[in-house]
Amino acid sequence: MRNPELTRSANPATNRRMGHGSNFRHRALLALPLMGALATAGCISVNAPDKPIVIELNINIKQEVVYRLAQDANATIESNPDIF
Amino acid sequence: MDGVTLRTETMTKVSMRQSLATLAVVGLTLGTLTAPAAAQNRDPAYSAARAAGQVGEKMDGYLGYVTPAAPALRAVVEDINIKRKAVYADKAQANKATVEEYALTSGCLLIAQTKPGEKYQAPDGSWQTRGNGPPLRDSRCP
Repeated sequence: MRNPELTRSANPATNRRMGHGSNFRHRALLALPLMGALATAGCISVNAPDKPIVIELNINIKQEVVYRLAQDANATIESNPDIF
Repeated sequence: MDGVTLRTETMTKVSMRQSLATLAVVGLTLGTLTAPAAAQNRDPAYSAARAAGQVGEKMDGYLGYVTPAAPALRAVVEDINIKRKAVYADKAQANKATVEEYALTSGCLLIAQTKPGEKYQAPDGSWQTRGNGPPLRDSRCP
């Protein structure tokens, strides 16, 4: 009589322990996408800066080009006194 | 023989007079043609705003507002900037350059040509009043 009671009382205890363990694992598995989302969010914020590239393009006008065009630009200014 | 030489002399005198007259006419027409071209230098509203420091030369080759402009002045300035862009685009294509390159080069020269008291944009973007010395310009300016 005592043995089945003991085993019955023992079984749910082990089941509960197992249950606790599996719940924890499930929670960890459920948290994985969230962690992943956080990681990808970090990646996106790193890839974001596009504005400096535009400024670089503007700066990319080289001194050589400016020097080459200077004489022609001066003539253009002189021949259009109404708009300069 | 004498009669012939006399005739040729009178002929040359007449032709000289005619040529002088034509030269004078050409000179007069040239004068009348160039005079209006020189007279239509700038819109009076634009030159007044420029002298008052309301409008200044930007680094990019266009005019900018130093102080908030009235709609009438704004219309004049925008019209000038549109005309400038058209000229820049035309000349840039002829010189195998981009409009921005040609405009920036013009901006360099236009800032250099500002008179003392006029406004121009410094490389840091701030508005400066042209003094007697050289203006603050982009390092690429000739």
